[in-house]
Amino acid sequence: MPVDTAPDLADAAISIRGVTQRYAAAGAADGVLALDNISLDIRRGEFVCLLGPSGCGKSTLLNIVGGLFKPTSGEVLVGGRRVDGAPHPDEIAFVFQESTLFPWYTIIENFRIALKLRGVAKSEWDDRAMEALRAVGMASFARHYPNQLSVGMRQRVNMARGICVETNILLMDEPFAALDEQSRMVLGEDLSILLAKTGKTIVFVTHSLAEAVFLSDRIAVMTARPGRIKTIVDVNEPHPRAPDFMLAPRFGELRNDLFAMLREEIRVAMASQRDPVGGGVT
Amino acid sequence: MKSDVVAQRTIQLAFLAIAGGAWWFATSSGAISRLFLPAPDAVYAALSRLVGTNQFWNAVQITLATIAKAYGLAIVAGVLAGYLVTRSRFWMEVFEPIIAGLFTIPITLFFPMFILFFGIGPGSKVAYGATYAFFPIALNTIAGLAGADEKYLRAARSMGASRFDVFRHVLLPSAFPVLLTGLRVGFFICFASVLGGEALASIAGVGRNIALAAELMESARMYAWITFVVLTAVSLNLLVTSIENRVAKAEGMSR
Repeated sequence: MPVDTAPDLADAAISIRGVTQRYAAAGAADGVLALDNISLDIRRGEFVCLLGPSGCGKSTLLNIVGGLFKPTSGEVLVGGRRVDGAPHPDEIAFVFQESTLFPWYTIIENFRIALKLRGVAKSEWDDRAMEALRAVGMASFARHYPNQLSVGMRQRVNMARGICVETNILLMDEPFAALDEQSRMVLGEDLSILLAKTGKTIVFVTHSLAEAVFLSDRIAVMTARPGRIKTIVDVNEPHPRAPDFMLAPRFGELRNDLFAMLREEIRVAMASQRDPVGGGVT
Repeated sequence: MKSDVVAQRTIQLAFLAIAGGAWWFATSSGAISRLFLPAPDAVYAALSRLVGTNQFWNAVQITLATIAKAYGLAIVAGVLAGYLVTRSRFWMEVFEPIIAGLFTIPITLFFPMFILFFGIGPGSKVAYGATYAFFPIALNTIAGLAGADEKYLRAARSMGASRFDVFRHVLLPSAFPVLLTGLRVGFFICFASVLGGEALASIAGVGRNIALAAELMESARMYAWITFVVLTAVSLNLLVTSIENRVAKAEGMSR
């Protein structure tokens, strides 16, 4: 099975080449291998999901792509430039797992900071912030503090903050993980509509099968630790996707295929998290 | 509860009235020599004479300027030290116990050294007050900055924040409630050590005047100065508390 489905390189927005990550750990001389020789090319405007059992290193990979972590070996090219453990805020925006809105600033102030740090002219801050807030239906909450909003509202705003900076690439680390399945699908629909307009390249980390199928152009299924790319699944369905897609037979088939693939890996991951045979309290 | 607040204030006022009554009774009955504790009306008369003199306002000005300088230095040095120490876990674990350990030593013991190094003038009091106030401010800065949530730091970094941006927009606001406690404790330590230092060895200032009045056995005058210090401390405390309440209200909305 081809691990590296290399599209035309000129089209690659992100090129991950042989990325390996080791963590120092007590009792392991070489450290723990978290990511093992990952290669993946992501086309411009493509929505790629990284799907895998928990602990497989998918968030680590995303942080390496975004320049927040430096890989032990291998390299990442973004727009032909090498990402070497330094963020490229002009090209890449993050939307993190937990809402990372700064709780000491109001919603509008959070947007201003994000725009200011990226060097956007002051005159544009409020217009762009309000535009992004309107797009997620949160404009009337601009003067609220994050903790005055519900988790779902915060995550909408968090998503809008990532989009308003208008980078070509958006890296999303389980942005809807804190939500229930229903809210997650509704926010997914919103995201699909929002993104169809912008033409952004997205890498989206999730462990939700339905979310992966609903949103992605391609799904990279990862193995249990050490994380490798097990296979890549093409979804082949135009954006934006109607909620009906979730009821289509193809949606169910893809979901079941993914589950079959993931199941083995989840078993491996769970086995490695159990006590070793004869192991006592550590 | 509103009725609770009324009851609490009433008890506090009653306590003050009893203390005042005991003072008046102790002096008028002759139970305590007027040389050691003059009657309240004598102290009041001394105080009202005192506030009319240039000597009073000169002393107050010197002391307030000394406190302001000492406190300003303590804030700059304490926050800077706290920031630098928390830049890495390694250095924090080296320095935090040292700063905390030094703070347990009564720095008053080193007061003669301050006089030797900085002279008898206000300079030694500035250095002494700043040194004492440095510790609670540095320790609370360390505690506040070290408590900043990694996820906000990472978010700021992903937006391209410089070191200063991270400090200004993430570290400082997240450390602020803890930092504020350090500033408050630091202020009262600074206030106390400047006055104490002036009383121990100096040529001017409120503390010096209290010590001088005691040496000359001018009890009413000494108590008049002390009353002034007490009233100043109480009003500064009310001011700081009202600032804190205002900040806490704003914090309450954001947390």
